[in-house]
Amino acid sequence: MSDHEEHVIDRESGTMGMWLFLFTELFLFGGLFLVYAVFRYMHPAEFHEAGLELDTFVGTLNTVVLLISSMTVAMSITAVQKKNNALALGLLAITTILALVFMVNKYFEWTHKFHLVIYPGSPVLENMERGELLFYGLYFIMTGLHALHVIIGLIVLFFAGYGIMKGTVTSERTLLLENAGLYWHLVDLIWIFLFPLMYLIT
Amino acid sequence: MTQSEKYTHVSYREHQGKYKGIMAWLTTTDHKRIGLMYLFGIAVFFCVAAVLGLLMRIEKIAPGETIMDAATYNGIFTLHGVIMIFIVVIPGIAAVFGNFCLPIMIGAKDVMFPKLNLLSWYIYVIGAILGVLSQFMGDGPPDTGWTFYVPYSAEANSNVVIALTAAFVLGFSSILTGLNFIVTIHRMRAPGMTFFKMPLFPWSLYATAWIQVLATPIVGITLLMVIAERTLHIGFFDPALGGDPLLYQHLFWIYSHPAVYVMILPAMGVVSEIFPTFSQKPVFGYTAIAISSLAIAVVGYFVWGHHMYTSGISYYSRWFFSFLTFIVAVPSAIKVFNWISTMYGGSIELRTPLLYAISFIFLFLIGGFTGLTLGALATNVHVHDTTFVVAHFHYIIFGGMGFAFFAAMHYWFPKMYGRMYNEKVANLAWGFLFVGFNVLYFPLFIIGLQGMPRRYFDYLPKFQTGHVISTIGAFILITGLIIMIANLIRGVRKGAYASANPWKGVTLEWQIESPPTLLNFDKVPEIKHPPYLFKKETEA
Ligand SMILES: [Cu+2]
Repeated sequence: MSDHEEHVIDRESGTMGMWLFLFTELFLFGGLFLVYAVFRYMHPAEFHEAGLELDTFVGTLNTVVLLISSMTVAMSITAVQKKNNALALGLLAITTILALVFMVNKYFEWTHKFHLVIYPGSPVLENMERGELLFYGLYFIMTGLHALHVIIGLIVLFFAGYGIMKGTVTSERTLLLENAGLYWHLVDLIWIFLFPLMYLIT
Repeated sequence: MTQSEKYTHVSYREHQGKYKGIMAWLTTTDHKRIGLMYLFGIAVFFCVAAVLGLLMRIEKIAPGETIMDAATYNGIFTLHGVIMIFIVVIPGIAAVFGNFCLPIMIGAKDVMFPKLNLLSWYIYVIGAILGVLSQFMGDGPPDTGWTFYVPYSAEANSNVVIALTAAFVLGFSSILTGLNFIVTIHRMRAPGMTFFKMPLFPWSLYATAWIQVLATPIVGITLLMVIAERTLHIGFFDPALGGDPLLYQHLFWIYSHPAVYVMILPAMGVVSEIFPTFSQKPVFGYTAIAISSLAIAVVGYFVWGHHMYTSGISYYSRWFFSFLTFIVAVPSAIKVFNWISTMYGGSIELRTPLLYAISFIFLFLIGGFTGLTLGALATNVHVHDTTFVVAHFHYIIFGGMGFAFFAAMHYWFPKMYGRMYNEKVANLAWGFLFVGFNVLYFPLFIIGLQGMPRRYFDYLPKFQTGHVISTIGAFILITGLIIMIANLIRGVRKGAYASANPWKGVTLEWQIESPPTLLNFDKVPEIKHPPYLFKKETEA
């Protein structure tokens, strides 16, 4: 409504809404983690076998990349609060680059799997043990869903950066950037759990 | 009824914003208009699904094929379930009356995130359209039932993916509404309104919203997994792909049992408003009702296994789930005692909303007690998957939530439209609905006990008497629905103008104009008293 008196979402409410949304995201992945736990309990040895196939080096690299990107987002919030917009934008740019590095790594990792004819429904996979089949199913859906979240996170960060440039995100009004940062930390956090469960269980 | 003059203020319905006509509604962020938009959506889909229900009843008037073949019957009961559950009942009271009343009842001008609220409505509409499309597109209507049990749903050749997507999208809408309400209740209560000075309808919405936020993602990811199973052949639940079908049932009911409370808690909130108003007496045991909503929400998370007694889960888990199912009945019973005690010694005025509210208690009690029959291990095995379950479920959902929805409709109608429906006709419609409902569903308890399975389009001749009675009930019920809806529509167009407070209610929504202005309050109210202080008490 045009002549609604300006409806202001204060910082605390905005943050609260974001946290509630993050809860739902956690529960969304929580369902998958639950399925993982059940299947791993049923097939411990086969999960071990299948986990060997994953490249721990790429996994570790991606973990480090995401952790650093989380740090740069946090730093950009502080930069905006200190009214240093140029620095904040620079830090967001670094975050974006790191996210892209993560995605490129992911891309090569997946294409390598495809190369080995390991993808959902592939003939090689279908002849594997039941536990390995389940492991790879979870691997693709969980890392895939996570990658989707990385992309969504990038879009949100882009809007936050655009807000800084347009002047809607300022040292007094950091809500959008803070929520973008919170979302990015969630993406990071989920990976922190995915990484050991997929790559380090051997 | 005292005949009032037409109101002179500019209400939210006439308010002129940037756009005119239908666009003014489609772009509105006003919580009252969004509430009405949900009402229209829900009403349309309710009528569609009710007609489907009637068709099923007609099919069952005689054994064998009567008006449709078995495959069509499967498609129709699935669509009836999907529409009723995901499009009508789950959003139901919270989306319509929650949106309309919650901000007013806590003394706010809108919800905290009005644009998100509008977005939720659009997501709802998209989900609803997908749900209907699933019937007509591709490989024929889904025939899995609204529960989408794997492995059948993973392998059936029907249009399951679109139906699953619809349920997923609708869940997302539900989550956003819940999120909005939680923040609104935490942050926008009028000065002086502590949590325990809040009316009980907002309390029930608060408990509901937490379930929406915390349980819906689980079913979301579960439905996504079935979609992945069907489209990408990733094994989760289908044994052919290495998965475990029992896991699906667990994940599905982890959400879908709490979802029953998403349906019924707001209904309890509605009658908790109606009883004090029509008894002109403070609600009995305010704190107990408020807290029991939360207790139901919490305990309700841990009872899902009672849907799986016969699926081969372990003895101890069955014992545990049965025990908790009995526990979760306690807070519901507390509420029933409180409602009845509220009426005791009050100056009762038996108006249409109270009629609906009292019949709510009656039907809810039957539904609740048969729920215990189903929650007990030994009897459950006997009546599992029979029409006993169908009857129980409809007594809770239609007799409970449905009648509370009608109660809310008749209670807040003068506030929403500033007009009154014809009360005599409304009472007549109530009579048809109440009688029709019991004639329709009660025989299902009996033939269920005798072994009539649910979801069958054919049956042994010995069940025919029950089915015929039930079908007669369906026609009485539909007659009542038609009278009620026609009466309400006539009320909107031609009804007598209502005063601001026709029921002498004391909660905030009755202290402002009917219909409310765009911003609800001229000045933000200050709350000094607990809710439900009627004149008698303030003088004493
Ligand atoms: Cu249940």
